[in-house]
Amino acid sequence: MAERGARPQVPRITRGIVRATQGLTTPFELDDYLEQFNPLWSTRELRGRIESVDRETATAVTVTIKPGHDWPGHRAGQFVRLGFDIDGVRHWRAYSLTSDPDRADGNISITVKTVEDGVVSPFLAKEAEPGTIVTLSNVEGEFVLPDPPPAKLLFISAGSGVTPIMSMLRHLERDHRLNDVVHLHSAKDEGDVIFGNQLRRLEDAYAGFRLHEQHSSEMGRMRPEDLDDLCANWRDRVTYLSGPADLIDALEEHWEEHGDPELLNIERFQIKLGEAATGEGGLIRFMRSGCETDVDGETPILVAGEKEGLELAYGCREGICHTCVGELSSGKVRDLRTGEVYGSEGEMVRTCISAPEGEIEISL
Amino acid sequence: MATEVRNDSELRSDREHPMGLSVDEVEAIGREFQELHDEVFADLGERDARYIHAIIALQRNLALAGRGMLLFSIFPPAWLAGTATLSVAKILENMEIGHNVMHGQWDWMNHPDIHSSSWDWDTASTSEAWKHSHNYIHHTFTNIRGKDKDLGYEIMRIDPEQPWHPAYLLQPLYNLLLMAFFEWGVALHDMDIEAVRAREKPWKQVWKDLKGISGKARRQFIKDYVAWPLLSGISAPTTLAANFTANIVRNVWAHSIIFCGHFPDQCHTFSEEECEDETLGETYIRQLIGAANIDGSPLFHVLSGNLGWQVEHHLFPDMPSTRYGEIGPRVREICERYGLPYNTGPLWQQLAMVHRTILRLALPGGKPRSKPSPYVREEDGGRRVAPSRR
Repeated sequence: MAERGARPQVPRITRGIVRATQGLTTPFELDDYLEQFNPLWSTRELRGRIESVDRETATAVTVTIKPGHDWPGHRAGQFVRLGFDIDGVRHWRAYSLTSDPDRADGNISITVKTVEDGVVSPFLAKEAEPGTIVTLSNVEGEFVLPDPPPAKLLFISAGSGVTPIMSMLRHLERDHRLNDVVHLHSAKDEGDVIFGNQLRRLEDAYAGFRLHEQHSSEMGRMRPEDLDDLCANWRDRVTYLSGPADLIDALEEHWEEHGDPELLNIERFQIKLGEAATGEGGLIRFMRSGCETDVDGETPILVAGEKEGLELAYGCREGICHTCVGELSSGKVRDLRTGEVYGSEGEMVRTCISAPEGEIEISL
Repeated sequence: MATEVRNDSELRSDREHPMGLSVDEVEAIGREFQELHDEVFADLGERDARYIHAIIALQRNLALAGRGMLLFSIFPPAWLAGTATLSVAKILENMEIGHNVMHGQWDWMNHPDIHSSSWDWDTASTSEAWKHSHNYIHHTFTNIRGKDKDLGYEIMRIDPEQPWHPAYLLQPLYNLLLMAFFEWGVALHDMDIEAVRAREKPWKQVWKDLKGISGKARRQFIKDYVAWPLLSGISAPTTLAANFTANIVRNVWAHSIIFCGHFPDQCHTFSEEECEDETLGETYIRQLIGAANIDGSPLFHVLSGNLGWQVEHHLFPDMPSTRYGEIGPRVREICERYGLPYNTGPLWQQLAMVHRTILRLALPGGKPRSKPSPYVREEDGGRRVAPSRR
């Protein structure tokens, strides 16, 4: 099964009509006929229409999307999974929502930094345009502000790590709660600061919001020992940290040694595949496809199968959506995020984040 | 695709290959077809996706238009136009869309609806049972007597090497019935009655299949013969007749195209011994000479689900159907180079051969018909049919 978007919130009467007409439309649904006229009308999966693609920096764009049905809502800091049809293939990616959850027009936005050899981000930067249809999946994420928000806040971000924090800042501004907020943000140079103008405007407008921009090309990277200079009372603040893994790891350690780890909230963008202990790998037997292949301890089962030319189901490719699961018939697998080795006969394993640990058989 | 097929040439050097090819040639043929497959799959993209989306949209709109016209089917012109439109919609859905989607031809798009794991089609068979009997049994054991249950569908003698039985005397009649009610025949065939009788199929599976078919049958029946007629008000009887007619038209068309795929005289059948421990190249050759194409216009190919390219479909069942016509000349070129036949012919000729075989083999006896000699390009004097007997 290929991953499907979230089930949209539609009036009960609409669901009733879809069900009532099933006798006329079987084996299809009313949806299958209506979506030919407007794909946003689907009651099976939530879709959205790109309203605008706006350049933030030379390498980042903000994509504003109008959901086809009422947006189920999100909390500032959460992310959403989106499906993009690119060159005929649907690709799923998770992006932080950068829009204020209570936006009056009901639209949502994401802000995406272009990865040159990527698939989705160059598509958004160069090809996506108003009218492009995307699929929206469920909102997820624990990196959120409590309600009411803490009195003293510290945001630390680097690069595109600013995206969930922007949503929080917009939310705080709307609620008139930008009273004691410090934001330390690191980017290569002034032009590379995503939301640079908006952050500077906030600083000008609110006495309670202080922004420090660390332009790493001239000032070097932010280091944990700089914290005392940048924000003397950092130990007292509830902190939200979002950025690349090395920055997070360094600051996390600093909080453990010198601060209160309870006050630190972290958003990791890349799952840490391969950073966990890797194993020996082994022989994978794809039982249904009648194919076998030998792989090292860092190659996910999904990737190994694709290299052999198998058409395997996949969604997020990062262990979230469970689209790629296969039933283990024998052997053990290693979770590439945690290094944990597990597996028993009949267990469903996510092939995108698991490598074989010795010989395995999987019903795919 | 890396499948578990034997590649060690020594293993097979003692056996004669069906077309008098050497072991090395067979291996080279396997490689060439594999490369052709991989080349097309590396090229799939926007153009293909646009095609299937457009065909699905066309099919849905035709279905809506046909059903809409039939609400007024009491007027003969509306009846005629509505029935014709609905028939075409049903044909497109079953052949160019349903059959091909359920083969996994569009799975590469990673689309949740246009996917072999989620598609269900507008016919009596359940997708699950059909995928087993067709994708697995028929496409794996193609034309192997005793294993390919599509060879005569277990009710007809279609190859002289199948032993005769008095029941076959009536096969011209079964054939006509099957033609008219093909979708029901296919649904029953998917049950694999032979395996049920031989107690090879677990009862749990039989029960599950029966429940699946009866559920599907009920829904299909209610749609065409209760719901839409009721909605048509005073046109109810004529709408019912129209839906019945559209189903028959679709059935006759599907039956004709599908029977022309493997039953014309040109197609070879195989014994189980011949196919033991097949190499990749041998499998490709069996698929190649076990199938026959139908010549036709692009419109004909769309309406037949591109099964007029049966040879290409049997070489690469999971390749998007639109690519079959494109690779046709290259498959032919490979045939020419290795001295293999490339079976094809106009619809009337292929159909005549099929029905002649069904009539003749109802009676005992019968001999294999002569098979075509290697393919030769038209400009080199056309295809010659030599009286070479297998």
